[in-house]
Amino acid sequence: MPDENKISRRGLFMKLGILFNGLVATALAVPIVRFLSSSVTRGRSGSYLSWVPLGRVGEFPEGETRLATFRNPYVMPTDGKTVETACWVRRIEGEQVQVFAVNCAHLGCPVRWFPQSGLFMCPCHGGAYYRDGSRASGPPERGLFEYPHKIENGLITIQAGELPTPGANVALLGKKPPCAS
Amino acid sequence: MRLLAQIGDWFDRRLQLAAPIREVAEHPVPRNTASWWYVFGSAALTVFLLQLATGILLALIYVPSASEAWSSLQALNHDVTLGWFIRAMHGWGSNFMVAIVLIHMVQVFLFGAYKFPRELTWILGVFLLLMTLGMAFSGQVLRFDQDAYWGLGIGASIASRVPIAGPTIVNLMLGGPIIAGATLSRFFALHVFVIPGMLIGFVALHLLMVVKLGINEWPMPGRLVRRASYINEYHELTKKAGAPFVPYAIWKDLFFAAFVLLALAACALYFGPFGPTGQPDPTIIQTVPKPDYFFLWLYALLSLLPPSLETPALQIGPVLVIIGLLLLPFLSGEGEKSWRRRPIAVLTVLLIAITLGTFTHLAGYTPWSPHMNAWSGDPVPEQLLQRRTALERQGALVFQVKQCRNCHSLGNLGGQRGPALDSVAVRQTQDQLIRQVIQGGGNMPAYGKNLTPAETTALVAFLETLHPRGQAPARDASRDIVLDEDQAQRQNAQR
Repeated sequence: MPDENKISRRGLFMKLGILFNGLVATALAVPIVRFLSSSVTRGRSGSYLSWVPLGRVGEFPEGETRLATFRNPYVMPTDGKTVETACWVRRIEGEQVQVFAVNCAHLGCPVRWFPQSGLFMCPCHGGAYYRDGSRASGPPERGLFEYPHKIENGLITIQAGELPTPGANVALLGKKPPCAS
Repeated sequence: MRLLAQIGDWFDRRLQLAAPIREVAEHPVPRNTASWWYVFGSAALTVFLLQLATGILLALIYVPSASEAWSSLQALNHDVTLGWFIRAMHGWGSNFMVAIVLIHMVQVFLFGAYKFPRELTWILGVFLLLMTLGMAFSGQVLRFDQDAYWGLGIGASIASRVPIAGPTIVNLMLGGPIIAGATLSRFFALHVFVIPGMLIGFVALHLLMVVKLGINEWPMPGRLVRRASYINEYHELTKKAGAPFVPYAIWKDLFFAAFVLLALAACALYFGPFGPTGQPDPTIIQTVPKPDYFFLWLYALLSLLPPSLETPALQIGPVLVIIGLLLLPFLSGEGEKSWRRRPIAVLTVLLIAITLGTFTHLAGYTPWSPHMNAWSGDPVPEQLLQRRTALERQGALVFQVKQCRNCHSLGNLGGQRGPALDSVAVRQTQDQLIRQVIQGGGNMPAYGKNLTPAETTALVAFLETLHPRGQAPARDASRDIVLDEDQAQRQNAQR
C-alpha cells in the first residue's frame, strides 16, 4: 500500500507535465496577445495620426462650406475605397478655416451641409449643427468634430487618421466648437 | 437487405453508436408535450443548419476584402447561377432564425420551462440568443455596403462611449484606426469561425440537457415546481403518461421544420436577396444608413432617448437586461409554471413585444429624421398660396428655400422632426412665431443668423396664414391696447 501523503513518481511527472505546458502556453500567449492588441497599441503610440494635405486655400471660396476628400494616412492593401475620407471645409475668410468631420457627433452618420439654411443635418437620428459646427438641435451632445489644421504656403493640411467618435482619445476632441447660445 | 444489415453491423461494432442513438430517440416524453407549441426549438436548429449550408456555399464566391467584397456580392447576385437565391436564403434565414429563436424563448418563458432543473438550459439559451444576434449583426457587416459601413460607424460610436476603455475597444473592434480592410476581415473571422464554432458547442450542450433532463411537461395550473420533489414527479409523469419521442412527438417537429424551410425559400424566391446597397465609399455621403430589421428598434431608441440618458442607457441597459435574463431561473426557479397563473410574466412579454414592435414601426418611417429632399422635392400645397399677398407668397418661398420643410410638413408632405405647420397660426401669435424662428428652441435650431429681417418678415407673414378655414389665428389680446390706436388700426386693416 503506497502512503497516501507520498507523491508517486507518475503523479509528479503528470504535475510537471502540466506545469511545463503552462509555461509553454504563457510563452506562446505573448506573441498572440501582442498580435491581437496591435491595433490598440499602435493607436496609443499615436502613429495613426499624421498631417494630410487637403488642397489649396484658393480652391475653397470664402464664406462657403465645401466637401473635400483625403486619403487616410494609414492604409492596408485590402482597404479599397474605405480609406478615402470626406470632410467639410468651411473657409470663413482669408486663412481662417474650419475643417469638420462628416461623422455626426451622435453616432457617426454622415452629415450633409445645407448652405441655404446654414445647417449641417444628419440623416440618421436628426442631429443638426450650425455653420460653425456647434450643436443646433437633436440628440448630439456636442458640436461637430473638428480636425486640427494648419495652412502653409496656401496649402491646408489637417491632422487625421482615426475615425472620429464621441470617445476621448482623438486629437479632434480637444477642440470643442463654442456652444450656440 | 441482409448485406445492408451486415454493413451496418460492421460499422456499429466499431462506432457503437446505434444503442445510444436509439435510447435518445425513444426516450419517453410526457404525452401532452407532443404539441405544436413545442416545435420552435427544433425549427431554430433546422434554420441554423440551413445557415451553415448556405453560408458555406456563399463562402465559395465571397471575398472578405474591403476592396473586393462588394463586387463579389454583385457577382453572386448577377453572374453566378442562382447566387442570388443562395444569398436570399442566407439573408432570409437570418431573419427567420432571429424570429424563431425569439418565439422559442417566449414560449419557454411562458411555459415556465426555465424553472428547476432546467436553469442551465435557459442560461445557455440566453447565450444562444446573444450569439444569434451577433451573427445577424456581423452578417450585416459582411454585406459590405453603405449600410454596413455606416452601421459599423454607429457601432464604433457606441463602443467609444465606454468610460476609459472606449477608444481601446474601438481600435480593437475596427482592427485599426478607421473602418477598413482589417475591420471586414475580423468580422468575417467572427461570423464564419468564432461565433458559429461557439454556437455549435452551445447548441450541442443545450440539446444534451434537453435529453438528459427531459422536455418540459405541459404546465398545469396549480401543479407547482418544488426542488425536493420535481424530479420524481417528472419521472412519474413520463412513466405513466409517457410516449417515445420518436415517433410520437417528432412528426410535428418534422412537419414544422419542413414548413419553415418552405416559407423561407418562398420569401427568398419572392423578395430576393438583401442588397448590397451602394458601395462602401465613405466619400459618398448622400446616404441614409439603416440597420437590418431586427436592429431597427435600437435605431429608433437611439433617436428617442434624451441625449443625457443615452450613454448610460446604452452601456448599462444591455448589461442589466442580460443579467436579468441570466438570473431569471434563480429568481423564480420554483412554483407555478402555467402562464394562466402568471399574469406578470404574460404582461412582461406583452409589454416588451409592444415596445419593440412600436420602436420597429417608428424606425420604418423615422419621424425624427429631417427629410433631406423635402425642401426641393415637396411643393407647397396650392390652396395655401391662393389669395395670398406678395409678401406671404415670398414667405412660402423662404419657407422652402431655407429648408424649413425638411423638418416641418405641410399637407402631410415634408419632414416630421418638428410639428406640422398646417395650423401653426392657431397655436402661435406673430411675436411667438418671430421669436421661434429667430431664436429656435424646443429642439429647433435658431435661424436668426441665416435670415435677413425681410426674409423673417415674409416667412412669418406666410406662417400667419396657416390656419384652418373658420378658425381665427392666435393673437395677443394685450397688444391692441398697448399699441396706440393708430397702429392698432393699421394692424387690423392688415388682417
